[in-house]
Formats: sequence, C-alpha cells, structure tokens
Amino acid sequence: MTATVNAPDTTAGSGPAPRSYGRLVANAVVGISVLYALLPLLWLLLASTVDAEALFASDFFDLSNFAFVDNIRALLAQDDGAYLTWYGNSLLYAVGGAAIGALVSTAAGYVFDKFEFTGKRPLFALILISVMVPATVLALPLYLLASDLGLANTVWSVLIPVLFNPFGVYLARMFSASYVPDEVLEAARVDGANELRSFFSVGLRMLAPGYVTIFLFQLTAIWNNFFLPLVMLNDTELYPLSLGLYSWNSTAPINPDYYPLMVIGSLLALLPLVVAFLLLQRYWRSGLTAGSVK
Amino acid sequence: MTASSGTAAAASTPSPSLSPSMTAAKSRSVAARSPRTPAGRPRRPQRQAVGLLLGPFTLLLLAVFLIPVLYAIRLSFFSESHSGLGFGNAHTTFVGLRNYVAVLSDPSFVRGVGTTLLYALVFIPLVLAGALVLALLFDSGLIRARQLSQTVLFVPHAVPGIIATVIWLYLYTPGISPVLDVLSKGDVEVNFLGLQMLIPSLVNIALWSGLGYTAVIFFAALRAIPRELVEAAQVDGAGAVRTALTIKVPMIRGTLSTVAIFTTIAALQLFTEPMLLSRATPLVGPRYTPNMYIFDAAFTRNNYGLASAASVLLLLVCCALSYMVTRGTAARGRRGAPVSGKGRS
Repeated sequence: MTATVNAPDTTAGSGPAPRSYGRLVANAVVGISVLYALLPLLWLLLASTVDAEALFASDFFDLSNFAFVDNIRALLAQDDGAYLTWYGNSLLYAVGGAAIGALVSTAAGYVFDKFEFTGKRPLFALILISVMVPATVLALPLYLLASDLGLANTVWSVLIPVLFNPFGVYLARMFSASYVPDEVLEAARVDGANELRSFFSVGLRMLAPGYVTIFLFQLTAIWNNFFLPLVMLNDTELYPLSLGLYSWNSTAPINPDYYPLMVIGSLLALLPLVVAFLLLQRYWRSGLTAGSVK
Repeated sequence: MTASSGTAAAASTPSPSLSPSMTAAKSRSVAARSPRTPAGRPRRPQRQAVGLLLGPFTLLLLAVFLIPVLYAIRLSFFSESHSGLGFGNAHTTFVGLRNYVAVLSDPSFVRGVGTTLLYALVFIPLVLAGALVLALLFDSGLIRARQLSQTVLFVPHAVPGIIATVIWLYLYTPGISPVLDVLSKGDVEVNFLGLQMLIPSLVNIALWSGLGYTAVIFFAALRAIPRELVEAAQVDGAGAVRTALTIKVPMIRGTLSTVAIFTTIAALQLFTEPMLLSRATPLVGPRYTPNMYIFDAAFTRNNYGLASAASVLLLLVCCALSYMVTRGTAARGRRGAPVSGKGRS
C-alpha cells in the first residue's frame, strides 16, 4: 500500500482486493467524522429557517414553516436591539483587539529573533510560561486591579487584557526566523535605514502572512472570550455576543420563546469566524507549514 | 481570555518547530550580529528599536500578566474580615496557608477536581487516538477529497465554545432535539443530561470542537517525517498499517506528547460548557469544576482569599505540566528534531 499522496494509483493494481477494502474502510471512517463535524451545524442552519412550532417538532422541510426572515426580525427586535449592540461590541473587541494585539506580538517576536539584548532569555522563558497560565487565575486580580483604577465595567477592561498574546510572540519569532532573511535587513542597514524603519518597511512586509495567522488565532480567541467579559462587565450595553447569548440561554429553559432566538443568534454569531477561516485558510495553512516554501 | 485561548492555539504548531527557531537564532551567521559594536554591546539606535518594538508587549506582560499573578499569590495568603455588618471597615489579615487548607479540605472543591479528572480521563485518550487515526488516514493517500475533508473537520474549531455548547445542549434537550426524536422512535430512551450521561455529554462537546483541529496538527507533523524513511519501510515490504505504527507514530512522538499536555491543561480549565449546562440540569452545580469553584468563590461568595488560593493551586498544576512541555521540547531540540513542514509537502 502506498503512503505517498500524489501517486495512490500507481501501485493500486498489484493487489486490488484487500487494498480496495482498506480504502473503503479508511474513507468510511473519514466520512463519518466529516458527518459528525457537519451535522450539528446543519441542524443549526435548518433550525434557524423555521418558525418556533416547527423547531420544536423538528419539521424542517415544509416550506410553509419557512420563517428565516421573521426569525432575524425577531432577533433584532428583542430587548430593543440588544443583539446588534452585542454584535458591534464583539466586532470592536475582536477585530480591534486582534489587529493591535497581533501587531504588538509581531514586533516583539521580530525583536526576539533579530536582536540580542540583556535579559532576552529569561524574558522569553517568562513569555512561554505565560502561555500556560489559566484565564481564571488572572481574572480575579485583573478585576480587582481594574476596579481600583475605575476601569471595571468599561470597554477597556475587556479590550486591554486581550491584547496580550504571548503565543503570538512565540509564533512571530518562528515566522521571523523563516520569512525574514538577515541579508535583507543587512542590505537595509547598508542603505542607511534605521532599525525601526527597516522593521516597518522590510520586516513587517515579509512577516505579513505571519501577521495574518496571528491575527486569525487572536480574532477567534477574543470572539470566543467568555470568562473575562463575564467577570468584568455588568452593563449589558457592553456585552460581547458570547455573554449576551449566555444571558439569553439562562432564560430559555424558563421562557421557551428564547430558543428560536438562541438558534438564529448562534448561527449569525458563528458566521464571521467560519467565513474568516474558510477565506483565510491559505494563510493559516502557510503558518502551519512555515518554511516549506524556501 | 488570552491565556486559555493561547493554550488552545498553542497546540496548533507541532512542538518541534520551537527548537529550530531557537537553534536557528543561535547558529545564525555573524552577519546577524553585525550591528553590534565590537565590544558586544548593542549600538544606541538598536537599543532604541528594541525598546520601541518590544516596549508595548513588555508593558502588557507586566500589566495583565505579571502583576495580576503576583497579586493573586498575595491575596491567597490574606483573608478579608468584616467588622460590624460586613459593610465598610473591612480589613485584611495575614492568614498564612489557611486559605489553601480551606480549599483542599472543602468537599465541593475535591469533588470538582474528581469530576474534572474523570472528564479528562475520558476526553484526552479519545481525542488523541481519534485525531491520530484521522491524521494517519489522511497521510496514507487513501482518502478521497482529503483537503475538503480536512477543512470540514476543522470548521467546528472555528465555532465559539459557547455556541458549540448551545448547539449540543439543544441536541440533548427533549422537545427540541431531532436526535432524541429519532432515538425515541427506535424505542431508545437516553437522558443526555442525566447522571450517567453527563460526563460523556460534556466530552462529546469538547471532542466535536477539538477532533479535526488536533488531527490537522498531527497531520502537519506526519508530513514533516523525512520521506526516505517511509519509503525505506515500504521497500522492506511493510504495509500501510505497519509503516504507520512502526515508523510514523514513533516519529511524531514529540508532537503527540506536547499536544497531550496542552490538551490536559485545557481540559483542567473546564468552565464554559458546564456553566451553560448548569442552567439546564440541576446535576451541574455552581462548583462543578475547579474553575467554576474559583468563579463562585470570587464573585458569588466574594471570598477573594479562597478564590486566589484555588487559582494558585490550579496555576501550580498548569506550571508543572508546562514545565514538562518545555523540558521535553528542549530535549528534542538537542537531538535535532525535524522542522515542521520542511519534509514532504
């Protein structure tokens, strides 16, 4: 049997019976896994297109129950348009936080790769340790510190901590080692560019795919962020989607009207991430296989 | 928050890649160091660049990591006592290790640890073995539409944890779940939120989110195995299964153990899923897992000392585990592990 990916057919002729059996089993296992991944999402999609009655009856294929637009209208109207506010907040926290955070991490990773300075080793060790520290350990002291500074229950209490992405620094250092040749920086130096300018005009440009990868990971992390906003925020006006949906979900067992809202709300909330991943998959893959290009 | 997300993302890159970047930095030609003066001290403009580029991150490291961690450690040794009716006049007293004793002798904390360990014991072998099988299948060349399958398998990872939980919670809920409808037509009665099924139901949510993602990591590591090794085994007459078990799996042992430890750290932080389930079943109490215990102690009972002590305990366990990662990675680095993605592609 062959283990190369490109030429599965070249050896297929030599012993067809057991080989095609193995192939069948292999494809069946993968096929079942794909269905396992897909079916819950398919249910969410179907459930969001029907009215409440059909939702509870799991009757998805009768066109007379089609209520996708009504569901969206109900979602947007609930609690004076809270859902849209939460959506906007999530976009602000995730896109803003990831854009700035990824830049901060990329710059730091670049410095770790390209420069020697005092305390470099212990500092990097500290960064690696901080990757592993659970969010709950930090949440309470962060909340107390934010309260002292009068920042608790503000945008900043959620936005500033998510900028910190030590794993991004680690990734950026790796990307910098494989994407930015020292010769190019040396050439820039000879041309008289100072270090800061060569980072922004040369280094950052070559690190662009790495930046996108870090941005993607951070975007997902912030969009999913639940613990920090749960601790920091009281004001529903500041809630991100995760916290808003959580509060609705708590109401659903008492008031079944919230189930259809949760279904359509969840679908729309996961859409940007899935779309971002599918569109930017190339970057994400290039991140995983960094170095194979050269 | 960043830390837990980092843990999840941290597993995304096969661990051997840590070492090459480090060794590459060390073995880099003198050209890289040329901006240094002969004395070995960085030139002034370079120091400025280091300060400006690294400064923002260092500030964040201090403000949202180092200071909070030290603050949590400090809090764990103090207790806040109220005179009068509990409002105003609060003063903190040093209590030594009393908070730690209180946490460790609290039955609800111990029970939470037990629950989490049980969950981890079921979840970790399942997700690792499942992902490894899938990755080996993808690497075997037998799979049709490999790229597409990988993409679809990965999609659940892009679904926020809270939404993944909501989807599965509804699929577990009688009256709304089509799964239960189908099962009851076949005369099968399952209570997914019942006592026996609760842990499996939680495991299923995590497995759904993590399976494809972990498989993709393992697959990337498998691709980094030098092609000659696999071909040599085939020339020697080893079949696909034997090649997988005797060559491929041992070659990615490093990635396997790193991912195992990262998965363990993430599993110990179980929070979002049981938080949501606690609204649907009385079996999930407010202190169901250590993380929920911390949240409950801090924000329901307002016992900051107790919450901090529990946090520090969790921190110690995670640090011990991550120490194993860094030690393992360093050991492999010395042996010269293959660079991820530099092998077959």
